[in-house]
Amino acid sequence: MALLVFRDIAKSYGIVPVLKGIDLVVKPGEVLALVGENGAGKSTLMRIAAGLAPPSSGTMLLDGAPAPATLHAAERAGIVMVHQEFCLAPHLTVAENVFLGREITRGLFTDRKAMEARARDLLAELGSIAPVRTRLRDLPVSDWQMIELAKAFARQPKLILMDEPTAVLSATEAGNLFARIRAFREAGGSVIFTSHRLEEVKDIADRVAVLRDGQIVRVENTSDISEDAMAEAMVGRPLSEIYPPRRGAADRKALLSVAGLTSPGAVEEATLDIREGEVLGISGLVGSGRTELFEALFGLRPARCGSFVLRGEARKLPAAREAWGLKLAYLTEDRKGKGLLLGKSLDQNVALTKGAINGARWIDRRAERRDLEAAVGRYDIRAGRLDVTAGALSGGNQQKVLIAKTLAVEPDLIVFDEPTRGVDIGAKQQIYEIIATLAAEGKAIVVISSEMQEIVGLSDRVLVMRRGRIAGELSGDAISETDIIRFAMGLEDKAPQEEASH
Amino acid sequence: MTDITATSAGNATASPGRTLAGIFEAAGPLIALILLMLIGSLMSDSFLGAENLSNVFTRSAIIGIIAVGATFVITAGGLDLSVGSLSALVAGVTIMFMNSAAEVLGPGWQLVAAGIVCSLVVGAAAGLLNGVMIVKGRVEAFIVTLGAMGIFRSVITWLADGGSISLDFSLRDAARPIYYGQVLGIAVPILVLGVIAIVGELVLRRMRFGRHVAAIGSNRHVAFYSAIPVNRVRILTYVIQGLCVAVATVIYVPRLGAATPSTGLMWELEAIAAVIIGGTALSGGFGRIWGTIVGVLILGFISNILNLTGFISPYLNGAFQGAIIIIAVLLQRDRSQG
Repeated sequence: MALLVFRDIAKSYGIVPVLKGIDLVVKPGEVLALVGENGAGKSTLMRIAAGLAPPSSGTMLLDGAPAPATLHAAERAGIVMVHQEFCLAPHLTVAENVFLGREITRGLFTDRKAMEARARDLLAELGSIAPVRTRLRDLPVSDWQMIELAKAFARQPKLILMDEPTAVLSATEAGNLFARIRAFREAGGSVIFTSHRLEEVKDIADRVAVLRDGQIVRVENTSDISEDAMAEAMVGRPLSEIYPPRRGAADRKALLSVAGLTSPGAVEEATLDIREGEVLGISGLVGSGRTELFEALFGLRPARCGSFVLRGEARKLPAAREAWGLKLAYLTEDRKGKGLLLGKSLDQNVALTKGAINGARWIDRRAERRDLEAAVGRYDIRAGRLDVTAGALSGGNQQKVLIAKTLAVEPDLIVFDEPTRGVDIGAKQQIYEIIATLAAEGKAIVVISSEMQEIVGLSDRVLVMRRGRIAGELSGDAISETDIIRFAMGLEDKAPQEEASH
Repeated sequence: MTDITATSAGNATASPGRTLAGIFEAAGPLIALILLMLIGSLMSDSFLGAENLSNVFTRSAIIGIIAVGATFVITAGGLDLSVGSLSALVAGVTIMFMNSAAEVLGPGWQLVAAGIVCSLVVGAAAGLLNGVMIVKGRVEAFIVTLGAMGIFRSVITWLADGGSISLDFSLRDAARPIYYGQVLGIAVPILVLGVIAIVGELVLRRMRFGRHVAAIGSNRHVAFYSAIPVNRVRILTYVIQGLCVAVATVIYVPRLGAATPSTGLMWELEAIAAVIIGGTALSGGFGRIWGTIVGVLILGFISNILNLTGFISPYLNGAFQGAIIIIAVLLQRDRSQG
């Protein structure tokens, strides 16, 4: 008897298909992992199950009956979702958040004491000792994730959907969560979760479904599939093939040397070299200060530093517009929020930074059009028509437009922050090629990424960040996932800065 | 995954102008204006007369000039509620200045020119103040300009001691042509509006500055990350608004020859209404000056028709304007930023 059945579920947004005919069964008392690249459709499938988004076609059955179609109906039926982006109210207390929308009442009033006691118990079951009367905004993100989880368990669901629940958790916290999930499974509950950490999937899930480009390509018992086989099913080809061939090691000249860079609350005393013709990978957990380090470097957030030596000349930290003038470019990870004007045409987007830098008073529309056509050819932007808005493109093509926009100013140093987030595998490979070509031309490249394979596959040298500090450096053949994780988790004794911070 | 939410704006696929709906959307205000003029001509014989049309255009010019400035502010994602009070303040200060400068400069064109400069300085300064408070002080535009609205209105009431500040009769003849004069048979206010509208449209559509205004209104973070000098551009939109108010006031002063605590009352409503009716997105990111001018004319003709026909009391004019703003925003609601 199945708990939840997806039958031929499809979903498209506008003209972009995201899910193409998903058939999947979730049994009672099982933990099912969804794995896949960013953009494969995992979150969308979860959102459909949670009643947050209606499928474009197909049917979904819960306990043999048509599944609820709205969030409220789904919650009543016992399906709750733990979101990747936190859906919590920062100004309310922990207890108030746990019971948000489900307040325990006594007569007309909420029963604060009962809620606080219950919230404390729920958090304790997750191994968390977060103070229940504290306002959320005063707590760290890992606590938020625990509170989000406690909130889900508080609703006594049959099925919990967890989108990347461990992304911001430490190993211990993740262990506590897994213990709780096992207890929940013993009690007959089911869990669907996504994770990028395949060893985690191996550890906790009973079955794993691999998604690629909106389709399920493999469903296996986790005992029957290796982590490498999962990864290859995700990308659809042997892992070695999607990364450009490595360039030989060479003695490279530093373009930019920074010492003692500090941005309050985000980055502490970072010292690094960025070299011409080299791809420098930046790894570390979410929230470890990777993005902030480069925002600080390019005047996008307040910072100070010991020294800033660019092309051999010492100067002060540049302001935001100054950095562009110095041919230092930062390509944001937040394509929609900070990268592109989604409601504007492609040529306007591509011309935006270039125009703001070169200072011409009047707009030359023909030149903008020519630039767009050149970019479409060079970066293989697939738009159908060229007069569409940026928001109408798929993630991969948006990313290429963002790259075109950034490279239009012909920078010497380019920081790619999560360059392949939400990008399909084909576009991903093209972006890797663009990065490799730039490096071969002698540009200094920085790639910030949460995807370990990407870091390992692309980088000539890797810096690993942890809690705002650079925790370790690896280069050449010494770059390995295991060592990166060690540095990122703070397990490496070789990191002298780490001792100073505690 | 995260790339989905953006692409869900399926209606943003085609640029306006390609599809039938796009054409209708682009020309909507113009169609509304033509319909309104048809209704007007059916209801009153004198409606399409040259005198009436010229009258409506001249009266609309003042709000129109202010609304051109408001188009910049709103396109950049801002709002200025203080324009009506600022107009009263500019009028009062300018009249006081002219009255006292008359002894030195005499009642000729020099005095008028000095008065115009005085207006522009006061207007620009007030705009700069608003802009700096909003941008550097990081206070909501709504709050700053609401506060400024109260302050300006209160200062003019205090200066006028609750009554009115009048331009000396001896000076009125010199200032008179600014409102009542004609060049090539066209009333001066209409000419001024025309010039300002054309310049505004060029700046907004063809100049880098206009592109930056729209980019900031569309998404301020994207603009910042694209090397656009966001703060400078935002402050400048408020300065432009202040200058537009000053120009409008220069035209207004000779009409009545006085500033009172009720000068410019509710002009902010009319100016914002005109901008929104014209198709500029209230949330920013897309603006068009010609639309704003059409919007001003729509408001002017509604008021004119109410006055001419007497079916509905002209006292309800404000109710019409309020209703039209709400309807225009309702129609905009489903539209993506342009």
